[in-house]
Amino acid sequence: MNEPIIRCEGVVKRFGELTVLDHLDFTVDPGEKVTIIGPSGSGKSTVLRVLMTLERINEGVVYVDGEPLWHEQGAKGLEPASEAHLRKMRQKMGMVFQHFNLFPHMTVLRNLTEAPRYVLGLSPREARQRAEELLELVGLSDKAEAFPSQLSGGQQQRVAIARALAMRPKIMLFDEPTSALDPELVGEVLRVIRSLAEEHELTMLLVTHEMDFARRISDRVCFFDQGRILEQGPPEEIFSSPKEQRTREFLHAVLHPEE
Amino acid sequence: MLFGIEWDTSTSWAFAWSILPILLRGMVVTIQASLLGFFVALGLGLLLASLKGVPLKIIAWPAAFITEFLRDTPLLIQLFFLYYVLPDYGIVLPAFLTGALALGVQYSAYTAEVYRAGIQAVPRGQKEAARALNLSERLTFIHVILPQAVVRIVPAMGNYLVSIMKDVPVLSVVTVLEMLNVAKIIGDRTFNYLIPLTMVGALYLLLTLVAAWGVRVLDTRLPKRGIPLK
Ligand SMILES: Nc1ncnc2c1ncn2[C@@H]1O[C@H](COP(=O)(O)OP(=O)(O)O)[C@@H](O)[C@H]1O
Ligand SMILES: [Mg+2]
Repeated sequence: MNEPIIRCEGVVKRFGELTVLDHLDFTVDPGEKVTIIGPSGSGKSTVLRVLMTLERINEGVVYVDGEPLWHEQGAKGLEPASEAHLRKMRQKMGMVFQHFNLFPHMTVLRNLTEAPRYVLGLSPREARQRAEELLELVGLSDKAEAFPSQLSGGQQQRVAIARALAMRPKIMLFDEPTSALDPELVGEVLRVIRSLAEEHELTMLLVTHEMDFARRISDRVCFFDQGRILEQGPPEEIFSSPKEQRTREFLHAVLHPEE
Repeated sequence: MLFGIEWDTSTSWAFAWSILPILLRGMVVTIQASLLGFFVALGLGLLLASLKGVPLKIIAWPAAFITEFLRDTPLLIQLFFLYYVLPDYGIVLPAFLTGALALGVQYSAYTAEVYRAGIQAVPRGQKEAARALNLSERLTFIHVILPQAVVRIVPAMGNYLVSIMKDVPVLSVVTVLEMLNVAKIIGDRTFNYLIPLTMVGALYLLLTLVAAWGVRVLDTRLPKRGIPLK
């Protein structure tokens, strides 16, 4: 097997007194599709945000694609990363947020071309071509000139996925991409994510409460509890015969909310 | 006679007509002081807001203190400081410049707050999305934050422009011949205050209405499609 593309070693993240990631060890192989489940507040978003460099870590080391993410190799071992290093590392990842976070003052097309043009240095034509291909992939070719506010939540999230893909990341991070959507719009977003999951190269980390979906697309499911991975394994194992009591309770609560 | 223009006191209408050009001279001064003060306030306010946002306390703290001080003290104090204290340090400015500067300094405290609030009103997710796309800090500010902040900033700034105009008469205490001061001098010399003061009131109304209209026009010209404004 290859070297893991993501490796968290003893990662600690605190917000003041609150320890959100508690000596987390976590690895992801290249091309692997990993789903993260767990109760609210267990640190699922924080893991993704640490990887996307939106949140610093207090202890431990994160390796992405063989290099430390939050550190640089200095003369005396690992030193805190410079902004230049972070920029280089960020290039490997894309993130899809729960609330889409599209740029509201830009058209859909501009949302997709902004970073390829100004970060990757693509020409306007190249960026536009890339955007159009991606809009076709997410089924929104006719919305290029629309503003985000003119789209449904499901459409906005599909644009957000296309926007992240336009940077050609090796790793895609999805933080509850369907949680903010009306139920009838969830399917169209999940379909796009599933089509991405069929790409062998792309590594995917997905935080979700859509258990059926997680079962179908993931190679591995990780159950987070209090800033650690309490249990992980292939989806059939986690969903059918979880070993831990906490996992059983959580799955029961999610799958049978009325009880 | 003022500014070499004679007045005609034979009838009320003749009087009003004859002092109109004099009052208009004052109005030009009022407009100039307002605009100059406004631009100083826009620049200095941006500086103060930026300094307050610096993570270093040694910079942010004094900026916050200055803003608070300016906001909580009367305009007249700043005016007196600039007019009577600066010359002690060898800086002698004409009354008009001193007055406009005082207005700008005073209002920079308010404009700083407008900038800060406008930028803060942009949701945090915008910055995070920009970062996830690897946009530089500079580009994030110019392409993502600023366009969404400006549409909130401009209307509020417009209100302060009107406020500044209404504060210009304070400059009369340091002899600036703005509109109200001119009216008062005419009154002192003709013993007729009613007509010049009424005319100044009407001219002020005209001035602020035009300014407010200008701000509204500017506001409607701003590209704000899609930006959710509360
Ligand atoms: N910026 C922050 N400041 C303080 N506390 C935070 C911050 N972000 C997250 N938290 C806290 O960290 C904990 C874990 O958050 P999160 O990773 O978002 O959980 P999850 O996504 O699993 O629901 C929560 O208790 C949350 O309140
Ligand atoms: Mg979360």
